[in-house]
Amino acid sequence: MKLKSRLVTRRGAIAAGLASVGGFALWRSPKDLPPTYGSLLRMGDNLTYAAHRALLPRQALVTEYTDKDITSFPAIGTTNPAASGPPDRANAYRRMQGGSFADWRLPIEGLVAKPRTFSLAELKQLPSRTQITRHTCEEGWSAIAQWTGVTLGTILDAAGILPAARFVLLHSYDGFANSIDMLDALHPQTIVAYGMNGQDLSVPHGAPLRLRVERQLGYKGLKYLQRITVVNEFDDGGEQGDLANGWAWYTGI
Amino acid sequence: MVQPHARWVRISHWIVAASVLTLSVTGFEILMVHPRLYWGAAGNDLTPALIELPISRNYRHGGYTPPTPLARNSAGPTSAERTYDIFNKNGWGRSLHFLAGWFLVVPGVVYLLIGLVDGHFRKNIWPTADAVPGGPQYNLRQKVAYSCVVFVAAPLMVITGLTMAPAVTAAFPLLLQVFGGYQSARTIHFAVFVALLLFVIGHVVMVAKSGFWRQLRAMTIGE
Repeated sequence: MKLKSRLVTRRGAIAAGLASVGGFALWRSPKDLPPTYGSLLRMGDNLTYAAHRALLPRQALVTEYTDKDITSFPAIGTTNPAASGPPDRANAYRRMQGGSFADWRLPIEGLVAKPRTFSLAELKQLPSRTQITRHTCEEGWSAIAQWTGVTLGTILDAAGILPAARFVLLHSYDGFANSIDMLDALHPQTIVAYGMNGQDLSVPHGAPLRLRVERQLGYKGLKYLQRITVVNEFDDGGEQGDLANGWAWYTGI
Repeated sequence: MVQPHARWVRISHWIVAASVLTLSVTGFEILMVHPRLYWGAAGNDLTPALIELPISRNYRHGGYTPPTPLARNSAGPTSAERTYDIFNKNGWGRSLHFLAGWFLVVPGVVYLLIGLVDGHFRKNIWPTADAVPGGPQYNLRQKVAYSCVVFVAAPLMVITGLTMAPAVTAAFPLLLQVFGGYQSARTIHFAVFVALLLFVIGHVVMVAKSGFWRQLRAMTIGE
């Protein structure tokens, strides 16, 4: 009898453990979580995302490296949107590339008080941030480079971000899209970078402007930025986004 | 005489077994995508590898444009564009790996807590020469093997795995220092996987040699 009553207690302990983990998932309202479309894999992704947001310090900074740590850096995925992007964007990109991106404009739209655009010259006049960080690719490789740009928070502030803002959605000239939550969007190391290793960003690495989300994997750092939209509901760009292409939306792991 | 196992041992054994099988298959898939191992913080197709494994078409594929200098210093780091369509099933591979990871970590922590409180580790697992009546009668070598898996290898797998998570190491940068960097943690993760694979093979062979169906009954219905 004694053994049996102890077993019940243990089972109770197991149930409590599982319930507390499940609680992390519920801790965020469903509106704040990406849709799962009934996929067990996406449910697991959401559990990891909710657990990270519940358990990890919200503004922890990634390790920054020194000049001598900089390594070689493969350019993968799109390496030239003029050659492989959707035709309309490829043509637009080719035109701007011909003019050294002087005609390139980055619109900030959606839930902002003052929707506006930035030229490359305007971005370079804003307070800059330079960081030497590790790029971690989902494939398993990593590379270290120096990135120079403006924190995403700075340009969102310049457009007057509204309190209802929940996610920041980004589109690119190579036909991809991506989104991040406000916590990563306003993280001090989340920058839109125009410089790499002291030079203007090259085309294979995302010219003229790419995102760096240092607490997530490389593929969250969208290259060839075309526009930024602040939204109040989950949106990763639909068919251009991570989920529709079979990839996890949150990649802090 | 095979002793029946406690119910919580049987339940956690099979959850963890299913998790480990899934982690092995998906972990191998993830390794196939980049079958190169390194030491330190960074390593990629443009830097030398410690070990290259011929396990997928990505092995030494060489599909890159000629490297160009990444900075003014032409002897320094380079960049090259990939021109090769690599094998990559990480869209489901990674997510399934981490989903299975939850089924290792949660039951694993519960198992460790119960085993500690219940005396199971002290009586049956911790390597002491004394046999304690009433539980499974493991010899010293079995206890050493089980202790290495439960207290060393499994926690090391979880911790080196978490050291590969950029959000986790932002919160705990000490992890990167302990293991010598992201790529070192990845290499250790693989080495411990090989050790655990050898353990599992040995474990299944021993079960088979000592009466497969009798052992299976002891670990399932508990008779």
